[in-house]
Amino acid sequence: MKVLMSGNEAIARGAYEWGIRFGVGYPGTPSTEILEEFSKYDGVYAEWAPNEKVALEVGIGAAVAGARAIVTMKHVGVNVAADPLFTVSYTGTNGALVIITADDPSLHSSQNEQDNRNYAKFAKIPMLEPADSQEAKEFIKIAFALSEKFDTPVFLRTTTRVSHSKSVVIIEDPLPGEDKTEIRITPSKYVMVPAMARLRRLEVEKRTQALREYAETFGENRMEINSTEVGVITAGMPYNYTKDVFPEFSYLKLGMVHPLPEKLIREFAAKVKKLYVIEELDPFIEEQIRAMGLVVAGKDVFPFTNEFDPGVVETALKGKKPTTVRLPEVAIPPRPPNLCPGCPHRGLFHVLGKLKTFVAGDIGCYTLSFMKPLEGMHSCICMGASIGMAHGMSKALKEKGKGKVVGVIGDGTFLHSGITPLLNMAYNQGEAVIVICDNRTTAMTGMQEHPGTGYTLQGAKAKELDIFALAKVLGIDSVRVIDPYDIKNTREVMREELARPGSSVVISRRSCVLFKRHQTEIRKPLRVDVNKCVGCRNCIGLGCPPIAWRKFADMPADQVIKNAKKQEGNSFIDADLCTGCTICQQVCKVGAIVEVE
Amino acid sequence: MSKKSSIEKINPTEVKSVLMAGVGGQGILRASDILCLVMMESGMDVKKSEVHGMAQRGGCVTSHVRYGSKVYSPIERKGNVDILLAFEKLESLRYLDYLKPDSRIIINELELYPPAVNLGDMTYPGQAIDLVKESFKTVKVVKAHEIARKAGNLRAENTALLGVLSQWLDLEITMWEKIIWEVFPKKVVDANLKAFHLGRAA
Ligand SMILES: Cc1ncc(C[n+]2csc(CCOP(=O)(O)OP(=O)(O)O)c2C)c(N)n1
Ligand code: SF4
Ligand code: SF4
Repeated sequence: MKVLMSGNEAIARGAYEWGIRFGVGYPGTPSTEILEEFSKYDGVYAEWAPNEKVALEVGIGAAVAGARAIVTMKHVGVNVAADPLFTVSYTGTNGALVIITADDPSLHSSQNEQDNRNYAKFAKIPMLEPADSQEAKEFIKIAFALSEKFDTPVFLRTTTRVSHSKSVVIIEDPLPGEDKTEIRITPSKYVMVPAMARLRRLEVEKRTQALREYAETFGENRMEINSTEVGVITAGMPYNYTKDVFPEFSYLKLGMVHPLPEKLIREFAAKVKKLYVIEELDPFIEEQIRAMGLVVAGKDVFPFTNEFDPGVVETALKGKKPTTVRLPEVAIPPRPPNLCPGCPHRGLFHVLGKLKTFVAGDIGCYTLSFMKPLEGMHSCICMGASIGMAHGMSKALKEKGKGKVVGVIGDGTFLHSGITPLLNMAYNQGEAVIVICDNRTTAMTGMQEHPGTGYTLQGAKAKELDIFALAKVLGIDSVRVIDPYDIKNTREVMREELARPGSSVVISRRSCVLFKRHQTEIRKPLRVDVNKCVGCRNCIGLGCPPIAWRKFADMPADQVIKNAKKQEGNSFIDADLCTGCTICQQVCKVGAIVEVE
Repeated sequence: MSKKSSIEKINPTEVKSVLMAGVGGQGILRASDILCLVMMESGMDVKKSEVHGMAQRGGCVTSHVRYGSKVYSPIERKGNVDILLAFEKLESLRYLDYLKPDSRIIINELELYPPAVNLGDMTYPGQAIDLVKESFKTVKVVKAHEIARKAGNLRAENTALLGVLSQWLDLEITMWEKIIWEVFPKKVVDANLKAFHLGRAA
């Protein structure tokens, strides 16, 4: 049967069809839907781990027990999982282990643009790379077959365009999930002390050599010979872009990007006059082909950064085409993502923005508060960095930093990698104030469950972590809970905690407005009473999407109502968008914001 | 697994494309899913691409849909899109460089203010439609909001716009109806079918 599937859905489907029944991962765009979709299939066990390192370790455990496990994460997640990754390469996997790394060229939703093909070479793990959804579904099966055949973890790499594009897929009946698990004790293979790791190290080299040979005849490393003028070596989505513009070229499309098939590459190179490698990000394939002594063009004509598209490929090879349409000369206001109307983070960052502290931030929806007009966050490096950075800063600043350094971290991010830095801060007597924005979910990536939500990925009721009690046991001197919808109290508590010696944690607790589970109160939208608005712009400073500034200069004269001498306009609230959170009402000093009747 | 070598001469000009553009939360991804399913049911190859993630929080959202006998890239190159379906007025301006001189455009007459406009730092280009008309011959302007309201469900704006789009695509009406039946929950199917038909007549 033909269905339309995203690459992510197709990976989940392929794993299921192949009889895989064990999945674990950590959410992160563009990988998230793989495990979400996989978890819905019959007879499957799937869980969210609190971070990628744990996810991989859970997957390794399952594989060592004889299961075939899929582990999913985004590209930067592999950094977190890198420690077990490099050594599971030595031990091998017994059952089977496939790790999905979903890369994000162009940084659509990421903090960097790393090319995780480098991990395959670095950790000596084979890597497959599909170009569309049908291939994604087939390649995941091949990945599992290779893992079993060669006793190795296998990477399947996607990029945002593969994960999130949809194309036609032929689905098949699933194979039954066979249970081959049992306890088998083989310390020489799994206890990686130096003496044994040295021996396994040799096995890794043998395996890589065997995989190299396998790659030479691997059916998904395929040649398409057309014109002998130009040959293109490529893999993944860039294959589609190039085929689209240059159907007449010859192709060597690599389904396996590590290890590379040297003989096949030489054979292909000999068939064409001019050879290109077309790959996004790093010259990963290109450099290896150059090392073979072949003449090849690549990053000398193609960009190092950002994802490609057919236009990028065309421009690189043919030069830029002049634009054929006349573009109006008008300033087009940008439309960046913004905190939702009624977002609980808004109240908190309104307060933080006014406290004149350095706010070491983290990753999640709340990162959006760095923008105008809130401008409430001053750094964001990676998940979990806020607490360690705030502590390091306040130690380095000594007296100058007293009451001036705040770390802000989401509940999801805190559970991902904030607990050990908080322990460190308590242990080393840090003085920073850490705010945990507990919006009861992992909002940024689409409301995934985590150990603080009380539910599992597959919907079972679970233990619900008490973050307050945890902060206390870690040794934090003062732990307090605030409601970020209560501006006055939020401000008071923050001031008190900044003034207090010792370590503090403030839990800012209020559910994400898009998260249905905790949305029980019905709130009325608000409006601006223009007979009271003095045009102070306090509410505009919240950057809430329904609130707009209307200049008197742009208004018909009979609509202008001036309530203050120097007033230049008034605020307006779009009742269709307003959730009635009352934050703007609380910052209005003249009571001009009232409920819609 | 054996080595395959195929000689395919695909003329890329046979592949056509629709670009949908709007704002997070407007139902663009659902709309482009429906379009793709209709194409697929009609026996065509089809691919679509969009970026989820950060864009959802009220940022710009685009979805490329490409269809034909054999489609490779899910994204269209600049200067090559056949039809632009703009879910919001200002968003119709943002991607004009993706069009060619004879591209056709549908604009939903709706203004959603981006942050810089709300803050009073920039003005909303209210004359967007006129500007687009200066450069393109075929521009159709509709009020999908009103159509959706008439159909009895304000959220059916996206199906209303699909109805408008369907006027320009050679696809069986029964195919559209079948897919709309399949993708929407029972409760809202009627309103969506109605919105589609009103859009098709608009
Ligand atoms: C190592 C790593 N894994 C995953 C991600 C993707 N990611 C970004 S923010 C986030 C979680 C945000 O949740 P939370 O901290 O609860 O903040 P919220 O979005 O709910 O405000 C995730 C999973 C990432 N950036 N880095
Ligand atoms: S999804 Fe939730 S947490 Fe994220 S911006 Fe919207 S309201 Fe805030
Ligand atoms: S009450 Fe004010 S701050 Fe809250 S959603 Fe409505 S406009 Fe925004």
